[in-house]
Amino acid sequence: MSELTGLLPGLEVIRKDFPILERRLSGDLPLVYLDSANTSQKPQVVIDTMVDHLERHNANVARAMHQLGAESSAAFEEARDKVARFLNAPSRDEVIFAKNASEALNLVANTMAWAGPLEVKAGDRVVITEMEHHSNIVPWQLLTERKGAELRWFGLTDDGHLDLSNIDELITENTKVVALTWVSNMLGTVNPIAEIARRAHEVGAVVVVDASQAAPQLPVDVQAVDADFLAFTGHKVTGPTGIGVLWGRTELLDQLPPFLGGGEMITTVTMEKSTYAGIPHKFEAGTPPIVEAVGLGAAVDYLTEIGLENIHRHEQAVTGYLLDGLATIGGVSVLGPTDPAQRGGAVSFEIAGIHPHDVAQTLDAGGIAVRAGHHCAKPAHKRFGVQSSTRASSYLYTTPAEIDALIEGINYTKKYFKVT
Amino acid sequence: MDLDSLYQEIILDHYRSPHHAGLREPYEAEVHHVNPTCGDEITLRVHLDGDPDNLIVTDVSYDAEGCSISQAAASVMTDLVIGQPVDKAFAAHEAFLELMQGRGQVEPDEEVLEDGIAFAGVAKFPARIKCALLSWMAFKDATAQVATKEEA
Ligand SMILES: Cc1ncc(COP(=O)(O)O)c(C=O)c1O
Repeated sequence: MSELTGLLPGLEVIRKDFPILERRLSGDLPLVYLDSANTSQKPQVVIDTMVDHLERHNANVARAMHQLGAESSAAFEEARDKVARFLNAPSRDEVIFAKNASEALNLVANTMAWAGPLEVKAGDRVVITEMEHHSNIVPWQLLTERKGAELRWFGLTDDGHLDLSNIDELITENTKVVALTWVSNMLGTVNPIAEIARRAHEVGAVVVVDASQAAPQLPVDVQAVDADFLAFTGHKVTGPTGIGVLWGRTELLDQLPPFLGGGEMITTVTMEKSTYAGIPHKFEAGTPPIVEAVGLGAAVDYLTEIGLENIHRHEQAVTGYLLDGLATIGGVSVLGPTDPAQRGGAVSFEIAGIHPHDVAQTLDAGGIAVRAGHHCAKPAHKRFGVQSSTRASSYLYTTPAEIDALIEGINYTKKYFKVT
Repeated sequence: MDLDSLYQEIILDHYRSPHHAGLREPYEAEVHHVNPTCGDEITLRVHLDGDPDNLIVTDVSYDAEGCSISQAAASVMTDLVIGQPVDKAFAAHEAFLELMQGRGQVEPDEEVLEDGIAFAGVAKFPARIKCALLSWMAFKDATAQVATKEEA
């Protein structure tokens, strides 16, 4: 099936970079991993880099006065440089390491509660969208509830795009924050970030972008989209768990108070009062996830070497092939845009008469891993009148043959549950 | 993974035509339980009758949204508990819980669990145990609420 245009050249070689893809599952079945929007698999270079760090360079960062400490600190800070390049950040100090995207988003929402130039006050407005992951809903609910501010959101059109028809009504002089996802983890929709950022900036609002699903599959350029803050999570970009990134503009990060207090984030401490380090350390209290950051650095370098444009093209080709395949099966309805040019590589769908749990379970018996449930996007499911869905999500290592296996698996599932 | 050990014919039959489904009057307590990881939901009502020392589960009615396992479990449960004294219904719950938590090692007693023995295979699929228990948890909760009301 390699005549599909847009597939990564040397796909078989790329697959060899991911040892887990050789796994055999129960019944000696090969693994068909279609849950990459949940977490991506890890290439050998990321695994090796982390093992090498632990075997040869392990020490705490910043505070160890010895050779290993210097090596570890250098590796950790080099990871920051790599992420800064990955995002085209104007300054490396704008890259803050967090535990995951959720923590990065909470960092912004929490620190905006405190007194200062960016404080969200009673009567102010925060605007989000109905397609957000719970990680970009709940922190803003907490903030607006605590401060007596107002939470509003963009609705969705029937074909799974943001409904921007009331943008002037939503983004007003009172709007302090517009927080939205770049790519939806449920609908796959790619949102017009630059356009919305322009409107938000006209009223002086701060734009917070959840790039958790964008960073794995699109070239992310924080300057081109004109974001103010942008978050992503390491484990979806072929990096390890336990590491996420918040990027923010220097002048805004400088205006925010610290998030967590502790070691490394101070300049000096007396019993009465402390003064704080500059960015990025101001936001990195305590011993950071060192080997995870080093692994993330290797991951973003790996993706950059293959090329995000190429990965994006591959995802579009595989997603188009998947959408075509799903269209051949009676009773299957796709949630979200059906044009692969307008979406990312996560496709959620329903099969009439079979619950997503049962779909996922039956596929799993055939070695095919997909996700079933609400994918941490309950409001988006509710918008489309469904309680849960099945989601197949591809990545740079996904082959058309794996999509064939999925389509066959869905047909088998229908037979198994006797639906036509 | 042996699908047929999970999806026993009895389970699929209950799934396709669930017993005692729908919400009915009268009832003394109504609860709503959700499985937060997958979003399965059930609204369940219990109607208890009889003298306070020997309450009888006269009706259990429900509106559930979820997978075959959770739907079939609700159906089987109503067969087991309707018409039974509360303590006997709770004993069935205990037996079902023990079966689910037994990692496939527990031999179910058909006398106590009737069609519920078909769920023995579910115990080997850890992700699905919650599905099978959702309606039972709701029943236990609702019944306990009525019992505390009666005592008060
Ligand atoms: C769009 C989106 N935002 C946020 C997250 C949260 O990522 P994490 O759980 O790593 O914090 C995810 C992934 O689950 C996601 O898909």
